[in-house]
Amino acid sequence: MDLYQQTLFKLKQYWADRGAIIQEPYDMEVGAGTMCPETFLRVLGPKPYKVAYVQPSRRPADGRYGDNPNRLYKHQQLQVILKPTPVDVLEQYMGSLEAIGIDLTKHDLKLEEDNWESPTLGAWGIGWQVMLDGMEITQFTYFQQCGGVDLELVPAEITYGLERLTAFLQGVESVYDIQWAPGFKYRDVRYNDELQGSVYNFEMADVDMLWQLFALHEKESQRLIDGFAGYEGKRRYPLLAAYEHVLKCSNSFNLLDARGAISVTERVGVIARVRKLAVGVAQAWVLQEAVR
Amino acid sequence: MNFLLEIGAEEIPDWMIEPALKQLSTDFAALLAANNLSGTVKAVDASPRRLTLWAEGLSAGQSDSEELVTGPPKSAGIGAANGFAKKQGATLDALDTLTTDKGEYFAYRKKVVGRTTKVILAEALPDLILKLYFPKTMYWTGKGGPRFIRPIRWIVALLGGEVVNFDLAGVASGNVTYGHRRLSKGPLPVTFENYEETLRKNYVLVRAGQRRQRILDGIAKLGANVKTDEKLLHVLTYITEWPTPIMGSFDASYLELPKEVLVMVLRHHQKNFSVEKADGGLSNQFVAVMNIDNDNEGIVRSGNERVIKARFNDAKFFWDVDQQRKLSDRVQDLAKVTFQAKLGSYLEKSNRMVELAQQLGGEDAARAAGLAKADLTTEMVKEFTDLQGIVGGLYAKVQGESSEVSQAIYEHYKPLSMEDSIPSTKTGQAVGLADKLDTLKSCFSVGMAPTGSKDPFALRRAAQGVVKILIEGGWRVSLKGLLGGDKQLEEFFLDRLKHYFREIRGFKYDEVNAVIATGWDDVVDVQDRLLAIQAVRPTENFEPLAGGFKRMKNIVTQAKFTTGKLDVALLSDEAEIELHAAAEKLRGQLQGLSYPESLAAIAGLRPAVDKFFDKVMVNAPDQSVRNNRLAMLAGLLSEFSSIADFSEIVTG
Repeated sequence: MDLYQQTLFKLKQYWADRGAIIQEPYDMEVGAGTMCPETFLRVLGPKPYKVAYVQPSRRPADGRYGDNPNRLYKHQQLQVILKPTPVDVLEQYMGSLEAIGIDLTKHDLKLEEDNWESPTLGAWGIGWQVMLDGMEITQFTYFQQCGGVDLELVPAEITYGLERLTAFLQGVESVYDIQWAPGFKYRDVRYNDELQGSVYNFEMADVDMLWQLFALHEKESQRLIDGFAGYEGKRRYPLLAAYEHVLKCSNSFNLLDARGAISVTERVGVIARVRKLAVGVAQAWVLQEAVR
Repeated sequence: MNFLLEIGAEEIPDWMIEPALKQLSTDFAALLAANNLSGTVKAVDASPRRLTLWAEGLSAGQSDSEELVTGPPKSAGIGAANGFAKKQGATLDALDTLTTDKGEYFAYRKKVVGRTTKVILAEALPDLILKLYFPKTMYWTGKGGPRFIRPIRWIVALLGGEVVNFDLAGVASGNVTYGHRRLSKGPLPVTFENYEETLRKNYVLVRAGQRRQRILDGIAKLGANVKTDEKLLHVLTYITEWPTPIMGSFDASYLELPKEVLVMVLRHHQKNFSVEKADGGLSNQFVAVMNIDNDNEGIVRSGNERVIKARFNDAKFFWDVDQQRKLSDRVQDLAKVTFQAKLGSYLEKSNRMVELAQQLGGEDAARAAGLAKADLTTEMVKEFTDLQGIVGGLYAKVQGESSEVSQAIYEHYKPLSMEDSIPSTKTGQAVGLADKLDTLKSCFSVGMAPTGSKDPFALRRAAQGVVKILIEGGWRVSLKGLLGGDKQLEEFFLDRLKHYFREIRGFKYDEVNAVIATGWDDVVDVQDRLLAIQAVRPTENFEPLAGGFKRMKNIVTQAKFTTGKLDVALLSDEAEIELHAAAEKLRGQLQGLSYPESLAAIAGLRPAVDKFFDKVMVNAPDQSVRNNRLAMLAGLLSEFSSIADFSEIVTG
């Protein structure tokens, strides 16, 4: 039986063997691997790209104080982007499962319709959730639009839920029992994160401060987006910084949501504010790429 | 010649496959017809990864034909004829003369060489395939590229053993298909004859009927007492190529959770069949359908069991957490749950529902209406949205509400479809009516009536539900009173009412029109009158009498007759005196009769009406006689049309 980290090594090696850049996690809070610039911005424009990276993804509202065997405030995704999509992409994906020891002649694999959409990012795609013996292990998406922009080359996004997948491989019922490294379980590595993260996110995060942070980051991002059009020397314009402020907004929003500080009515409006920024960056990014 | 077409795609969503097949069949038949090719579509069928069409009796090509091209008139002279001949690539002596009523024309019989079927198909198939309609399509070869439901990965197109060559989305058609994703290796060359068998050997049943049967046989072999579930069976048939059922189990302690929750997890989340015990209760077993041949090592079973256990654990956690606060304490939280931006919170909606439910069903209904939406704040409903109402009902029960109240909450979303039953109790019906009517009135009041195919709040279904509850629950109330005088909403309901009687109950459209024309405020009464018409219509006198009434109505309308009193003294003709007498007699008879009896009695007017039209001219020269006759007819019309406006009945 492979350790958690061995499974990760194998998956990374598998995609490296198929020409993907192995990136390290993005150094900011994101809700999903999709939000990293390596996905959100790279899928735009006409340049091919292939990348794989593990991304710890924060969903404050999903925290359970480390008590629930399957729900985590911060879980890890292996994100693979293949742009453009190779014609045998599903074959390659299934090969990756076989590479980590899943014999697909003995397991039940089904692709069930599941179209992905992120209103916050103005992004959507067509695809499936991949079910292995009744468990969802991967989200597979053909991106169609990102930041409100139709994509020129259609990328395939493969997102593996690593905790579920390895719990499945190791035959354990709680993600905390996953053997991460010799002598270390998932619990040893991550329990404090989950407990303290839940306490902060649900009980202590300062709501007023979060609203202020949201407004500050929104303002800064918008200022940068607005400045792009009139700026000489477009290549050096810091759209990446503009995007990082979008990510900060998104994380503040998620924290506010976990604190129960956003009513259902407000929610739609706040999501629209983040989307406006994401769309602004995406459109400018496409122009900037064209300048190169 | 025979023809085989297989469109190989990545996994197509199950619910889109059958409509696409239907269109494939129709469009291909139309393609043959439009090109004067013989042949018929023998079958269409599909698995998630392929749409297949079989056709037979195709001709090798079009026969040669002649086309008659009309040239200049003869009077234009030989120069014009020469020019025409040249243009047609013919000599002057090859021209014919065409005689029309406008004179004589030069004409040329042009030979058109028929094209081969292979060429025609190669040209037309790419378009035919891309025109298959799917609700949500994608592009995959790049922006502006072809759109389909999922990427097309191979195409088999074989006409009489030869490949029909064409390219689509970078895929060249050929004679090569693919088997099961993992139980088969590599490309498989096929012929029309060995196609199905080759696939079968490679663990693909291309016939949905065979997959369905394999599932049913497998379940029978497991000896599982599976609850029939056509919808799930259909889904599983179309998300597998080689379906094999297996049985698994879960710890019996989970059976303490409500059956509804367990079944929801098994069915909707896991696409498993639930299994019943002999006594009808839920057993701790389930049936999963795999897309491989067997599970001899029990790997798939134990995997499914683990997922189900985790899911049930979640449900148990939700149940326990939710019990910490009663529904009645949660009602105030609804102030924070938006019903609709323009319409305020669910608390406001609940309060309106209470008022309406009180009027309709009294104290119990009001209590249930007040609690009905509180389950929206529970963890269980947040996780299992489809269980709203049901969860509220279950919680109400364990929290000590009366069974009348908890049952009403449990059922208040019913009917969920036209096939679904209405709430089983009067109290439940009252709450259901209050909920749906409030949604309808509120949405219409802020201009959110459905338009065309757009109906985001499912208002048509809500109105259909109201109609169904009122009629099938026997609610003798004023519908217009319930609608609060909103004319647009009344129109909307009128459509729903007609739809219900025609499409759901199968009444003829003219009967529905006839009955509704005389009023539809009491919908139960509308039903009774329709049943009466339906019963009496086949009798000998009814349709002729309806014809007579239509004639009366036409005469009265054409004469622009408005008011006037019948003067019996002015009746002179024998036939009109008889008709008057018959009507007088009928009037006395109708007292206390049921609708069918009344209609039968009214139909008895027929001989007198026939005789009247036979012998009497309404438009008599004498103004007073004419007016008197019109007055008599108008009186008859209004007096005997209270059950239905017979003039709406379409006769022979």
